[in-house]
Amino acid sequence: MRTRFQQGLDDLRARLLRMGGLAEQAVDRACQAYIDRDLARCHMVLEGEFQINVAEREIDELAFDLLALQQPIAVDLRFILAVTKINSDLERVGDQAVNIAERAMDLVELPKAELPVDIPRMAAAVSAMVRRSLESFIEGKAELAQAVLEMDNVVDRMKDEAFITLVKTMNERPEVTRQALDALLVARNLERVADHATNIAEDVIFWVRGADVRHNVAPEPPLHQASTDTH
Amino acid sequence: MPETVTATTDFAAAPISFWRRSMNSLATFAAAASVLLVLLPLGAVFGYLVYKGIGSINWAFLTQTPKPVGEAGGGMANAIAGSAFILLIASVIGVPIGIGAGIYLAEYGRNQLGNIIRFTADVLNGVPSIVIGIVAYGIVVLSQGHFSALAGGVALAIMMIPTITRTTEEMLLLVPNAVREAAYGLGVSRWRTTLSITLRTATSGVITGVMLAFARVAGETAPLLFTAFGNQYWNWKINQPTAALSLQIFTYAISPFDEWHRQAWAGALILIVLIVFAVSAVRLVAGRGMLKGAN
Amino acid sequence: MGVGIKVDKLNAWFGKTQALYDITMEAPANHATAIIRPSGCGKSTFVRCLNRMHETVPDARAAGKVQIGELDVYNGTSAVQIRRRIGMVFQKPNPFPTMSIYDNVAAGLKLNGFHDHKRLDEIVERSLKLSALWDEVKDSLRKKSGASLSGGQQQRLCIARALAVEPQVLLMDEPCSALDPISTGKIEELIFQLKEKFTIVIVTHNMQQASRVAEFTGFFLLGKLIELDKTERIFTTPSDKRTEDYITGRFG
Repeated sequence: MRTRFQQGLDDLRARLLRMGGLAEQAVDRACQAYIDRDLARCHMVLEGEFQINVAEREIDELAFDLLALQQPIAVDLRFILAVTKINSDLERVGDQAVNIAERAMDLVELPKAELPVDIPRMAAAVSAMVRRSLESFIEGKAELAQAVLEMDNVVDRMKDEAFITLVKTMNERPEVTRQALDALLVARNLERVADHATNIAEDVIFWVRGADVRHNVAPEPPLHQASTDTH
Repeated sequence: MPETVTATTDFAAAPISFWRRSMNSLATFAAAASVLLVLLPLGAVFGYLVYKGIGSINWAFLTQTPKPVGEAGGGMANAIAGSAFILLIASVIGVPIGIGAGIYLAEYGRNQLGNIIRFTADVLNGVPSIVIGIVAYGIVVLSQGHFSALAGGVALAIMMIPTITRTTEEMLLLVPNAVREAAYGLGVSRWRTTLSITLRTATSGVITGVMLAFARVAGETAPLLFTAFGNQYWNWKINQPTAALSLQIFTYAISPFDEWHRQAWAGALILIVLIVFAVSAVRLVAGRGMLKGAN
Repeated sequence: MGVGIKVDKLNAWFGKTQALYDITMEAPANHATAIIRPSGCGKSTFVRCLNRMHETVPDARAAGKVQIGELDVYNGTSAVQIRRRIGMVFQKPNPFPTMSIYDNVAAGLKLNGFHDHKRLDEIVERSLKLSALWDEVKDSLRKKSGASLSGGQQQRLCIARALAVEPQVLLMDEPCSALDPISTGKIEELIFQLKEKFTIVIVTHNMQQASRVAEFTGFFLLGKLIELDKTERIFTTPSDKRTEDYITGRFG
């Protein structure tokens, strides 16, 4: 196969994985900073955003060049398109990590409050989703991606519960309104991260199977196919 | 980045050695000398004929029949006409057969029968003309009971056929298969393609082949000795002996009469001129028949 | 209007070597179907079986059912008759070298016995207009020979010649492979327009050409039809791995 092209594809893959690592790390750090009330960690997240943005630009440029110069089709084309979309989702994940860090910074200024919401558990689930969606990309396995899609419902439910509980808390204990609000926003940010992880999983399925599974539309069957025996 | 290779010696800029230059000049000289050597005999023959014969060519020579022995004057008009007549008969017999055989060999003859035909043609080509004359004598003259222009035509036709066949075959084979396929693709039948397309494309070459054969037999004497036999008078009947230029030259040349020798030279010159004229004329006409740009 | 082509279990042989195995497919009317295959022997065998040109090679034969509109190609009519109803354009332009442009276009009609001169004039003009060559040659129809045109013009002349007999189907065997990019572009444009009146099957080794020109594409490998589908499907999500490997350049 065309060596230059293959090198380009490998390069693209490596960069995306590196960026995925940065994004995953940013979310984990931000959640940890929130739970531990760690100001230093918050600053690390804010500083790390710059790298994520640079990586996004570089990946898009490389993908663009490959499209223009190598005329990829079929699986190669799907791969490059998937990469550009995952790229965009990872950058947004980075943004959400920043948002979480900002909430954490706000919370540090306020007195500690006991809230009936399990942010750590939600953070763990979301982190797992991100990790698994990236794994499905590394392995090129649609089944792993499918599993991520199923986890999204769980996270959505967690967010809805958190919403209800925290609103109730704000009504009953007005003195912890600000802390509750911060927690609510963090829950929302985490839910957005889960959505992005879901998008990444859908893009992997598109690349691997050529099936567009967004919005639940079934793909058309092929017109004619020979039997797969080779003699 | 691949390393660039730098040459240690720059071959392009080295001067050409003296030895190579002199070999080049020698080869050029040898080639020019060869051309001269080839043209020399042709020029010599032509020149000598003109020298010996031009004096005897006059209007009488070209329009009168031979006078009886001993009398001066007379000409070879009947022999010129007779040659044309016999050649016409030969062409009418030989050209269709030759072209037909050539077409068969080229289009249908990639088999054992084709090989046999080719071999036969090659052998026939090498048979001495006197032998062909005797065969024609046996076949035509004996069965008819007299000499005739027809017998002469048959003998010459037999000599024309191998050349025409082989040339036609080669010219047809030169036609690219793509041209035939174009015709097949249009739903043209095979025989029609062969005649209307393949043969038409090869026309120029086929005509050259015919001309080659014609020029070869136009001056033949031996085959006509026992077939056309010669005639002192005009003859336009196909079944009667007929005069021919080559026969007349032969008869006069071996005679003891100076008058006849003189006329033989003139006849020879006329014969050469007519052949050259005929060949050139057909070349011109065949060439003009082609459209601009076609080969 | 064009007609559809239906092929059912077509097999073909060169002597003892089998070249096509049980080909079954359809090429819909008034569409262009492209055939792509890795280079190797028997490149154009399939298309040449559609109009029985395959049989012009000694020792070659084919068996199966090919239906072009109502015409049963292998059963009934002679090969020569079949080829009069199907037009073919070859890889290397092959105008008749000794004929004028006019005679080239009219050849298919004249050689098959049609001699109405007035109608011939109309047909020649119409065919040359259909193949986008009329404007370039209308002043020298009888003066210039077919072989004196440029490569791209010659190929358009061959297309006009094929169209003059009003076939319903046009078979094109790598028609642009001997041409420069500009001429190729013109002919691709032409194919696009011809689809309105004819059904086209085009063999091509250039996959980008297949994707530009044809609505349907079939992939052949070692004499078998691996996959036939809408072109956009083949080039974005082919169903068979062998198809995908070939079109992405992993072999062939």
